[in-house]
Amino acid sequence: MWSYVVRRLLYNIPVYLGIILLVMASLRVNDPVTAFLGKNATEESYLAIQQNFGLDRPFIVQYFDRVWNIVTFDFSATSWEQKRPIGELVADAVPATAMITVPALVITAGISILIGLVCSFFRGRWIDKTLMLLAVLGMSISFLVYIIVGQYFFGYQFGGDGGILPFDIEGYDVRLSKLSFWLGSPFEAIGTWMRFCGLPVLISVIVAMGYDTRFYRAVMVEETGRDYITTARAKGATSTKIMFVHMLKNAMIPIITRVMISLPFLIVGSILLEVFFSIPGMGRTLIGAINAKDFPVVEYMSALFAAVVILTVILTDVLYAVVDPRVRLS
Amino acid sequence: MIAGDRKPVLEVRGLTTRFRTDRGIVTAVDDVNFDVYPGETIGIVGESGCGKTVTSKTIMRLLPEQNSIIDPSSQILFGGTNLATASESQMRRVRGDKIAMIFQEPMTSLNPVFTVGWQLDEALRYHTKLSKKQRLERSIEMLRLVEIPNPEQRVKEYPHQLSGGMRQRVMIAIALCCEPDILIADEPTTALDVTIQAQILALMDDLRKKLNTAILLITHDLGVVATVCDRIIVMYAGRVIEQAPVRDLFKRPQHPYTKALLESIPKAGNKEHGKRLPTIKGIVPSLFELPAGCRFQDRCEFKQQRCIDEEPRLEPKAQGDHPVRCHFPLNQDVDLTVSQSSP
Ligand SMILES: Nc1ncnc2c1ncn2[C@@H]1O[C@H](COP(=O)(O)OP(=O)(O)O)[C@@H](O)[C@H]1O
Ligand SMILES: [Mg+2]
Repeated sequence: MWSYVVRRLLYNIPVYLGIILLVMASLRVNDPVTAFLGKNATEESYLAIQQNFGLDRPFIVQYFDRVWNIVTFDFSATSWEQKRPIGELVADAVPATAMITVPALVITAGISILIGLVCSFFRGRWIDKTLMLLAVLGMSISFLVYIIVGQYFFGYQFGGDGGILPFDIEGYDVRLSKLSFWLGSPFEAIGTWMRFCGLPVLISVIVAMGYDTRFYRAVMVEETGRDYITTARAKGATSTKIMFVHMLKNAMIPIITRVMISLPFLIVGSILLEVFFSIPGMGRTLIGAINAKDFPVVEYMSALFAAVVILTVILTDVLYAVVDPRVRLS
Repeated sequence: MIAGDRKPVLEVRGLTTRFRTDRGIVTAVDDVNFDVYPGETIGIVGESGCGKTVTSKTIMRLLPEQNSIIDPSSQILFGGTNLATASESQMRRVRGDKIAMIFQEPMTSLNPVFTVGWQLDEALRYHTKLSKKQRLERSIEMLRLVEIPNPEQRVKEYPHQLSGGMRQRVMIAIALCCEPDILIADEPTTALDVTIQAQILALMDDLRKKLNTAILLITHDLGVVATVCDRIIVMYAGRVIEQAPVRDLFKRPQHPYTKALLESIPKAGNKEHGKRLPTIKGIVPSLFELPAGCRFQDRCEFKQQRCIDEEPRLEPKAQGDHPVRCHFPLNQDVDLTVSQSSP
């Protein structure tokens, strides 16, 4: 298996180099320095910014320089807007994003798989019909409505200081990004997390669940018709064993596919949620950089995102082989 | 094989199974009666769609709960309980332990993502108190019993690493690992090559003798049952139409349908083997359009007015005969019967 992973990584090197090339070339179609400074910038400040990111050098030199930086994990290039190293910026933003995305993904997947199993098992009965109706309803309401209604009722009316719900309207406590806070005072950490991250997590779970339950139900319904289910029942297996052992393991391939597709977003985060809830995560950092024409940040973050996507695809294939003996890695 | 003093392990009385469908309720199995004695092999034969699978799945209570109805008058008496009305938890104790079942498609009947050993172990886990180590030993012993070479290695393999014949052997091993009283085999060889078919049948017969397990062998192919069955039940459109010891049935089939089935068996060393086998003309009537009289009337060359008006009962026509559901059974002179029955 390890040789397979190494081989896949090697094959993807040219792909990745190609992506970097495309990203860098397309970002340079319009002059990034003018975009950042505006047309009325002085010659002096123009040259300073240009040199700061090495944009005065030939493209090919810039390209190899960038590749070398990435290969050596050198993210010391500074943001034009924030004047801080990009590595630091990302290191600050990723934990904040993960505070929302990781719990959201785990909860969504867990609950939707469970609902999918139950619905497929009781297909056509009232419990299935009710849950599927709720899923369709949930899907047909806009993300923004959830955010606004959630913030108003859960964060403002019933939440905030002295409210019955533990949620706040918006904000973030940077201590949440530090492991020492979680280890030092775990109860305070959970409370703080609830206050700032609880509502955005709840909303992203509700938004994703409609789609996910319908997907998992379809996957499981396909499994309920398989012959091995009848064999298991004929052996004396309980419904619970059939659902959670037989069907679930067979459904792992589509489940993994579904979960892994959302993996890159664990890092990039939801721009909408981060902006509305003032979470200083990757989504907000990226959108801020784009708005400010903060060229180095956009370039590095695109490169980072491409790397994450490629690694996810490789990891997905490895997981396929782990859960399904019929999949051979070669 | 049928000993008068022995008690049957399974008594099926008036078994009637209906399905709720979009076009109304249909009766897929209609008043089926038979006994199964310890260690005997009973064949249930009939073309596809005659209700053989529904009969066996009703006994195992494996039909989809939402749209199947077992008529409340049906009795499936097994070990003092009526399985037709038994609870799901009672059924779970019977399934795999007392009555086991194997199916037509060995390629898909095993769970593809668990090892052969795990799947054998599963049945033992549910029904025995053996330790993990003992269960592994038992699993290997079972694989050896069904003549799978190198069983110590095979328990670690996955179904896709085995051939169809091997998989059916694994299914048999799983079914027999708790030494059930009855093995229901629903078309166990239909999906296999002819040579493998014979091997699997021989294996099942051998194990039946070793373990004294009664076998309910379901097939659409009378040729399959000839060598291994003691008694045969012929089904047509949800009804039993003839029931007889195997030798009787082959020597003197009484129902025109049985005779037609017999004629469609390929015979070894047949001189005219280049010729196509006779097939039965027409098709099994749809359950939605069953005729009022005999269900076989449209395909029967001996049809009379009485066959249209009145459905025959399943009964012996003369002393010592086996039961048949026909107004004009074949062992009698057809013309004579006609003149006698029309006054
Ligand atoms: N789940 C079901 N719903 C409706 N009708 C069914 C169902 N299962 C079987 N049937 C009908 O019952 C009849 C008998 O089927 P079956 O027992 O499978 O035949 P076979 O003798 O080939 O095994 C067929 O007409 C079939 O269409
Ligand atoms: Mg069948």
